[in-house]
Amino acid sequence: MFHYTLRRLAFAIPTLLFISVILFLLLDLAPGDPTASLPLTIPLEVREKIRLSLGLGEPIHIRYAFWLKQFFVNEPLHLISSLTGFDVSGERLRVISWQSRSPVVDIVLERMPQTLWVVGLSYVVGILIAVPVGIVSAWRSNGWFDQIGTFVSMVGFSVPTFFSGVLLIVIFSVHLGWFPSIYDTTHRVTDLGSFFHQIRQMVLPVSVLALYNAAQISRFMRASTLDNLHLDYVRTARAKGMPERRVLLVHVLRNSLGPVVTVIALGVPGIFGGAIITEQVFKVNGLGHLLITAIQANDLPMVQTLTFIFAVLIILFNLVADLLLGILDPRIRYG
Amino acid sequence: MNRILPVILATAFILASATAKAERGRDGHVGILYWQAPSILNPYLSGGTKDLEAASLILEPLARHDENGTLVPWLAEGVPTVTNGGVSDDLTTITWTLRDDLVWSDGSPVTSADVVFTANYCLDPAGGCSGLTQFNDVVDVEAVDERIVRITFGVAKPYPYGPFVGANSPILQKAQFAECTGARAPECTDANFNPIGTGPFRVVEFRSNDVISLEANPHYRDPSKPAFATVTLKGGGDAASAGRAVLETGEFDYAWNLQLAPDVLEGMQDAGLGVVVSGFGTLVERLIVNLTDPSPGLGDERSTRTHPHPVLSDQAIRKALSMAIDRETLVEIGYGPAGRTTCNIVPAPAPYTSTANDDCLVQDIDGANRLLDEAGWLPGADGIRQKDGARLSIVYQTSTNAVRQDFQALIKHWWSRIGVETELRNIDASVFFGGDPGNPDTYLKFLADIQMYANGFDGTDPEPYLASWRCGNEPRPDTQWQGQNIPRYCNATYDALVDEMARTGEPDERARLGRMMNDMLMQDHVLIPLVHRGRVSAHSASLGGVLLNTWDSELWNVADWYRIR
Repeated sequence: MFHYTLRRLAFAIPTLLFISVILFLLLDLAPGDPTASLPLTIPLEVREKIRLSLGLGEPIHIRYAFWLKQFFVNEPLHLISSLTGFDVSGERLRVISWQSRSPVVDIVLERMPQTLWVVGLSYVVGILIAVPVGIVSAWRSNGWFDQIGTFVSMVGFSVPTFFSGVLLIVIFSVHLGWFPSIYDTTHRVTDLGSFFHQIRQMVLPVSVLALYNAAQISRFMRASTLDNLHLDYVRTARAKGMPERRVLLVHVLRNSLGPVVTVIALGVPGIFGGAIITEQVFKVNGLGHLLITAIQANDLPMVQTLTFIFAVLIILFNLVADLLLGILDPRIRYG
Repeated sequence: MNRILPVILATAFILASATAKAERGRDGHVGILYWQAPSILNPYLSGGTKDLEAASLILEPLARHDENGTLVPWLAEGVPTVTNGGVSDDLTTITWTLRDDLVWSDGSPVTSADVVFTANYCLDPAGGCSGLTQFNDVVDVEAVDERIVRITFGVAKPYPYGPFVGANSPILQKAQFAECTGARAPECTDANFNPIGTGPFRVVEFRSNDVISLEANPHYRDPSKPAFATVTLKGGGDAASAGRAVLETGEFDYAWNLQLAPDVLEGMQDAGLGVVVSGFGTLVERLIVNLTDPSPGLGDERSTRTHPHPVLSDQAIRKALSMAIDRETLVEIGYGPAGRTTCNIVPAPAPYTSTANDDCLVQDIDGANRLLDEAGWLPGADGIRQKDGARLSIVYQTSTNAVRQDFQALIKHWWSRIGVETELRNIDASVFFGGDPGNPDTYLKFLADIQMYANGFDGTDPEPYLASWRCGNEPRPDTQWQGQNIPRYCNATYDALVDEMARTGEPDERARLGRMMNDMLMQDHVLIPLVHRGRVSAHSASLGGVLLNTWDSELWNVADWYRIR
């Protein structure tokens, strides 16, 4: 298993390099101009100078090499410097965002907490709802619980978050005034009162996303449990007179979790990607918001770095999913 | 006496109430919402409106325009003019004197060295300064003494209020930015995120593209201001949710740039928590007519002056296209309180506004049809007018934007009623307004017959704006498609007026020339104005002192904002 992991990680390096080349080429070939969003009153000569100061005067392979060096050499060196206090990075230039002229990685780290809190929590809540709902729906399939569950997940799956989010705001913020419609990213939890405020401001975005996540995962859970319920070992267990609770929660659950765990693990990189629309609706300003504003402003270093980080996470969690599967199901052996 | 007495009483009352609560930070907290989040607080490195306006809480210029467009001294003692000797008689130098009570928010004094440094910072060729236009023709900026700065121009400048005037040209602190000039400008993240200023507030925490926390500047020159102790300037979301947060839930006090459908805005205002305010600057949504031939067969000579446009070179057609448009409807559908009809490309300030073209305000389809008949363009079998084998078929492009696509559909419909066939295109804004000479879809290349967008000018002086339509300034291959004469207009009489304006310093005469040039462009119908667009913002009912300023930052007078009790 250890060798298997090492081999997979070694394979990941050429894959990631290839991905970074493709990303760089795609972004460069895509039409767009970082000065396009400036007011038209700024004349063209000045725009040209701005473009040159952003490094756009260099040919593409030089810019790619710069980015590689900045991301794989300068950034880690800087990280070491800031962690240990020894100055090993010196005057090396980090990956700089064109919009804010500040290091991309610092902004990403600044955005990480709110995304993990809101999107991550909604994923956890979604899973906690989805797994029991999926099991019960399969156990009493086509019963009233299953019918309601199917209906709710259809709604959660098909209603876009820009609709459900605004609907919740209109009901709970505008009319009832229970929850704020704007997420305060500078809020710090220091005591019980501020903790409750943090809960209050997370309720709406987390519920919108949790509904969506739960809808998706509960369908997988139900299908997987249904498959298992018809297998011979379940009939045997029941014939032995094993209590239904034990059949369901020990034998069936473990066997049917396999595919669901894969789905859940593969969804984790999506958390780091943020939830572009929900973050926009509630102004959470996490990583999703960062990505979409960078795309709109043609901030190529930011888009390149973010999408590359997502690529790393996706490859990593693919591996995690495979390893988890091996733990859950001893029949799977990696050599 | 009868008329003076109320004024005295009112003044006395204001003074009394001001002294009664004259304490900095007395009104606690104010929340401002910009749905486009500010990225950086150094206006010289951004140029985006959101960044300029956020920075205007902290950084200030020597002078700026107030809400009426009048130039008022800000960090300077007064506005230099020829009359008071501040501007030399040959119009080549301007001398500013700083106020004597100025201190940076770190407690150090503001001197003329800071002003000189700011000019050099922006003029550094490697810095990529976006405010460079402000410093056009500047050859030297020197400190005469601690408080006096003299700017010398290479040519006579009838309007010398470019450098250090307005939110896009504030003063930076030399001590803070001394290490950040030229190519190193973008590396100074700390300085660019936390500039030390003279304004009413200073930065506590800056999160790029998210939120800025500020507190009252303890060294602000007026000890009784600002009334607010802290400010949160939050970014993100969209115009609708920003309007909701101020007008419907009351979570924030001020929301910027609410370009929303008129009925949506009205519905929000009905909640009674806030007020919608609007003001008009110089922004005009217009059609630009291509006077050169964009036919694909011409290769590199497409849309260059080598080939005049086969159809639109006819002035009668351009006039008919303008006559067929119902500007009232466009305003009603697209902008509501944030728009009004106009027949001028220079819609403000008042001295420059012409009334000679106002007959365009009424749609006249019959008149347009008659005009085309007389010009010999007669409807063919398919209803489309033609003449000598040329068909009146037009490609009409603009950027992707819901309101613009509505306008395209309406205008296409009106033009179909005068026998003009229209093909519509819309292009993503980041491409359309981009300057990439390799891209065929930019507004500069103009590979279409008509295009639509909005433009205006900064401040109150239209001279550089009007000069953009002079002959030779058109985008073409040998300028890498850079240039601002987008319609490729070429008229010797017009160019003579441009030159005359550059020599004229007398305000009334400049206004007359400006109106004449506006009228020429309008009566030649090379630019077809559609809507004079304003700014719409909203503030909560409890926020006082807001004066919406379209000539400068909307936050220009934030020091005077207060809480109504």
